[in-house]
Amino acid sequence: MGSILRFRQLCYVEPVKISSLINQKSYEPAKNDEVGGVPNVDDVFEKENKKRKTKRQTREWRFVDNCCWVIGYLCTTWWLLMFMYNCLPVALPGFQVPESPGVRFKREGLTALHPVVLVPGIVTGGLELWEGKPCAEGLFRKRLWGGSFSELFRRPLCWLEHLSLDSETGLDPEGIRVRAIPGLVAADYFAPGYFVWAVLIENLARIGYEGKNMHMAAYDWRISFQNTEVRDQTLNRLKAKIELMYATNGNKKVVVVPHSMGAIYFLHFLKWVESPPPMGGGGGPGWCAKHIKAVMNIGPTFLGVPKAVSNYFSAEAKDIANIRAMAPGLLDSDILGFQTLKHSLRLSRTWDTIGSLIPKGGETIWGNLDWSPEEGCNYDWAKKRLQYPSSSENNSTNNDAKRGCRVVEPVKYGRIISFGKASQMPSSLLQSLDIKKLQRSSILKNASSTCGEIWSEYDEMSRESIKEVADNKAYTARTLLDLLSSVAPKMMRRVEAQFSHGLADNLDDPKYSHFKYWSNPLETKLPDAPDVEIYCLYGVGIPTERSYIYKLVSTEKCNIIPYRIDSSAEGSENGCYDGGVYMVDGDQSVPVLSAGFMCAKGWKGQTRFNPSGMPTYIREYQHKPPSSILEGRGTESGGHVAIMGNVALIQDVMSVAAGATGEEIGGDRIYSDILKMSERVNIQL
Amino acid sequence: MSLLRRRKGSESDKDSNTTRDSKPIEDEDSKTEKARREKTKKSKWGCVDSCCWLVGCICSLWWILLFLYNALPASIPQYVTEAITGPLPDPPGVKLYKEGLRVKHPVVFVPGIVTGGLELWEGHNCAEGLFRKRLWGGTFGEVYKRPLCWVEHLSLDNETGLDPPGIRVRPVSGLVAADYFAPGYFVWAVLIANLARLGYEEKTMYMAAYDWRISFQNTEVRDQTMSRIKSNIELMVKTNGKKVVVIPHSMGTLYFLHFMKWVEAPAPMGGGGGPDWCDKHIKAVLNIGAPFLGVPKAVAGIFSAEAKDIAVARAFAPVVLDNDIFGFQTLQHMMRMTRTWDSTMSMIPKGGETIWGTLDWSPEDGYACSSKKQKNNDTKAVQQKDQRSQGLLAKSVNYGRIISFGKAVAEAHSSKIERTNFKDAIMVNNLANTTCKDVWTEYNEMGIGAIRAVADHKVYTAGSVLDLLNFVAPKLMTRGSAHFSYGIADNLDDPKYEHYKYWSNPLETKLPNAPDMEIYSMYGVGIPTERAYVYKLSPPFECYIPFQIDNSADGENEDSCLSGGVYTVDGDETIPALSAGFMSAKGWRGKTRFNPSGIRTYIREYNHAPPANLLEGRGTQSGAHVDIMGNFALIEDILRVAAGATGEELGRDRVFSNIFKWSEKINLKL
Repeated sequence: MGSILRFRQLCYVEPVKISSLINQKSYEPAKNDEVGGVPNVDDVFEKENKKRKTKRQTREWRFVDNCCWVIGYLCTTWWLLMFMYNCLPVALPGFQVPESPGVRFKREGLTALHPVVLVPGIVTGGLELWEGKPCAEGLFRKRLWGGSFSELFRRPLCWLEHLSLDSETGLDPEGIRVRAIPGLVAADYFAPGYFVWAVLIENLARIGYEGKNMHMAAYDWRISFQNTEVRDQTLNRLKAKIELMYATNGNKKVVVVPHSMGAIYFLHFLKWVESPPPMGGGGGPGWCAKHIKAVMNIGPTFLGVPKAVSNYFSAEAKDIANIRAMAPGLLDSDILGFQTLKHSLRLSRTWDTIGSLIPKGGETIWGNLDWSPEEGCNYDWAKKRLQYPSSSENNSTNNDAKRGCRVVEPVKYGRIISFGKASQMPSSLLQSLDIKKLQRSSILKNASSTCGEIWSEYDEMSRESIKEVADNKAYTARTLLDLLSSVAPKMMRRVEAQFSHGLADNLDDPKYSHFKYWSNPLETKLPDAPDVEIYCLYGVGIPTERSYIYKLVSTEKCNIIPYRIDSSAEGSENGCYDGGVYMVDGDQSVPVLSAGFMCAKGWKGQTRFNPSGMPTYIREYQHKPPSSILEGRGTESGGHVAIMGNVALIQDVMSVAAGATGEEIGGDRIYSDILKMSERVNIQL
Repeated sequence: MSLLRRRKGSESDKDSNTTRDSKPIEDEDSKTEKARREKTKKSKWGCVDSCCWLVGCICSLWWILLFLYNALPASIPQYVTEAITGPLPDPPGVKLYKEGLRVKHPVVFVPGIVTGGLELWEGHNCAEGLFRKRLWGGTFGEVYKRPLCWVEHLSLDNETGLDPPGIRVRPVSGLVAADYFAPGYFVWAVLIANLARLGYEEKTMYMAAYDWRISFQNTEVRDQTMSRIKSNIELMVKTNGKKVVVIPHSMGTLYFLHFMKWVEAPAPMGGGGGPDWCDKHIKAVLNIGAPFLGVPKAVAGIFSAEAKDIAVARAFAPVVLDNDIFGFQTLQHMMRMTRTWDSTMSMIPKGGETIWGTLDWSPEDGYACSSKKQKNNDTKAVQQKDQRSQGLLAKSVNYGRIISFGKAVAEAHSSKIERTNFKDAIMVNNLANTTCKDVWTEYNEMGIGAIRAVADHKVYTAGSVLDLLNFVAPKLMTRGSAHFSYGIADNLDDPKYEHYKYWSNPLETKLPNAPDMEIYSMYGVGIPTERAYVYKLSPPFECYIPFQIDNSADGENEDSCLSGGVYTVDGDETIPALSAGFMSAKGWRGKTRFNPSGIRTYIREYNHAPPANLLEGRGTQSGAHVDIMGNFALIEDILRVAAGATGEELGRDRVFSNIFKWSEKINLKL
């Protein structure tokens, strides 16, 4: 303390002395003036003094001084608060933390029985650097994706370069190796405090799960499913891991819990593991029946997501796989110059997996120009909105409430992308797009060489063909594929080599043994394993993107993606339509139809897609937003990722892991119109 | 900002006050006014203000420095180093990449004791919020925050050697388990980074993390760790089409020895891999700093929790043990905790007096301590004196006496030592010591008489040290002897050697039948290493460990190998060269009964050179037990083997110490 005081005296008191002296002197002229203006001999000197010293020294000194003082004050307060916060008991009196399902189950005597395999979805898994360009020095084995994303802000272009894949092969670019992080840390938290699997893991641990009977099947979610095997042998490792867990846990079959895109990844795995070696894993036809008890798909994207289309098309889906929702600052601010969207378009177009999310099943599932399975279902968002504020409300403060959409005419969800008024035009007026002609006309008119560094295939399209695409046309799930291959031919060539989006006529056709069909539930048979249970667990009650209205943007230079969602189109009262996007029921990312159809109809009972008749169960979770801020993301959420913290869902997963069957946890549990919708889909079973 | 304004406001207020004040008293003495004003200033700027001001200054300065530091390119320290010491050599990974070496054999790391991270999966109330947080490794933050809770969670059940009820602490898995022990303190990280340069990544590297506290067989019983290692190695061989190169470090070498026996043993006790599993799956085993024959340090650790750095724990976290964070009983707590760890017993010296020496003889006899070697270039007189003292020392250092009570006894000839048999002393259960109950050590159950008897026996060799430990720590040793054995086999075909407790003792097992496999012993030399101890009785007061190393026992001159009650010998600071090198130098060399298929063995020694300056950190030529993992020569050897080289291509043996001479002296049937 003594030394501090001395220091203070040195730095502070001394100057004050000086300043007080100066002050004192400087008052004198003023005094003199007031008293009677008697001129003083010292006037000149004093004035000089005043000018020289008061201005410089005191002012300067005071300023720095005050700054320091304020900073110190803030710091100290901050520390004090931190200290007090840390001293607080974890459970504040008055705020009761609800008992977690894990604790309750443990009291009830449930213990770990079946080993659990967690399969993360797209985006949520962490990626780390193993080899990079000089610009990424010091990042060896650091997270590039996930965590705090700090590198994105520090060296954005370098970051983009390392996360992009080769646009020809869809694999690593030369000299760059970015790999999935293994282990539970891969996807327990996406960013600090933003849980993905952590809550589920913690609850499972309560009833005795640990490293030996819980495994995170992390994979590189950017590359196509088969390529994860080609490059990293990920499928082989998953197979070995499941076999090991089966063997070391007393021959108990595993319960697999895939989330989001993980659901189709695991579907791919199921086919791969039983296929013969060169292309498959050579596990033999009984492998699944022997090793798997249940597959509990959380928010599965079985039939694709319309969002993926808009992402490919214009990088603009409201939150393609949560990127924006999680880090709104990333894309909306202009950290990458003015080309944020374009950069992200380029980045995501090198990721093959997004191609696996393009709607599958064509018009049969997603509806044609005039028909869609969801139409007529009455989503009365308006009513629900009285109970809770939803995200779709933001724009609906418009005063045209009376005009509102009383939807006399049902929304034509089948038109996934439509331009301008084509969204509601009768189908007879719509022109069809001649893709061949378009492709012919768009032969390399690479006009703008200035845009070379920002690769996106739009630069190679001629203006005419851009117009052609847009000219009052509507695209259904079938013509959508043509549209995409005309705007992004390279990418679609790659995607079509890895994934298929059709609907099989005859599943015994030998062509269906190719791996590109394995992740499409409409073009594969489930394995012969009558005891395996398949669950579809997903949230409902949140408006989810289903189809888009686009507009053409005047394309002066390379900086602009020529198409853009027409967000000026005003929101309708019932929430079906908002900012250029038509909404249906879902979990904010995946429409109910995509998540639930296979369990509700495609695989229900013994069908051609499910020849051995595996039992399927639908478990829906009605979305309820958190009641207070203290609850964080809520324990009853139905959001695509937030559902991983939903208590009811966790209970279901834990019950099954502890040995219960689908019947025992209560069979189907349905809130949405999924059964009615499935009914309307006319598919040969 | 409002604060700022307010502050300024008050200043001006004050000024105007003074102005107003000064009006009526304009003619008064300006001195008094000045004094008064100063006073008001001072009182306004109270202690709190100046404190805040100081804190602010420091904070801003800190931020500016931090900002500058971040703004600097990352390579600045390197430039500075290069400016001082000349250009740095390329790291081995870069160098070998340029030579055209690429990823070939998958690599398996087996971490040693202490260096692997442990995390909490289930705990008592006091450990709330620590779920899946590191308890061991990392910052050790919890040791400071809740020391007793920490000790409780890291201790094991002292009957079973497994988890206490309600607590599950498990090893961290993956490369992160042991890449860094604490932030900035690398263990495997340097090696991993260099391997990655050749193209290694997660699919070709595997960290066989295991719970290093429990006995080897129990890792399989509780966690199925060995099944997982087996499955992973099989997978890597299958997906990469090449045999694996295994790199165990420290105790990991014993663990892997155990694993190799386990994997080929039939199913109920072993892994059922069949007799040619190792041959099919393993190319080479590169043992780094292997305590094959045990470490004397382990004895001192169990005896009095006092070895200079029992199992490196102290070296890593000196503050943890030496501070009095547990009250005054740090050592007891430490002892209580480490005594529940079965694995420490895997490192008790093995092979008894045959290997470690008798009362009057030891293989290292005549070893000249390193401090002298350097002096030898001095004047003749000194040299002569040295030679004389060397001769004296050669007689007087009896390394065979691993524990002796009193320096005089340690140096006396064996015929002059009177010894009493301590085993007859009665274990008086001294019930008076109830106050010590919370600090459990078995010494509390020993009577004064028994303690005296132990001290009166005076000298213990590697053979009798086991009796001693059995006497002072019966519970621990009963548990330990169920899992480990310390003898030398007479007849290896005896069916009793099929039991797993012999698997980690190289003197009681045969190596697997894998003639193509290679075994390397890689270790540092040139650092004085603990070999024998001089003990004394500690003043008897409540709850204290009755024995302690006699710190006052030093050699007559600085040349002596004795310092602070510890006799040192050549080694890597933790493991004497004898323990690390003997098996490769003699026990397994050629076709012996321990190595029936004639697996080739190579010794690679790395002479210790301390880092030239601070900027080098822990140095690139270190030979110390853990720091050797950053030794460029060692890394280069490993990289070459991983990229396909054989021991012949590497240059076979590379020896600096007297290991061959010492091995020669050991009379062991081969």
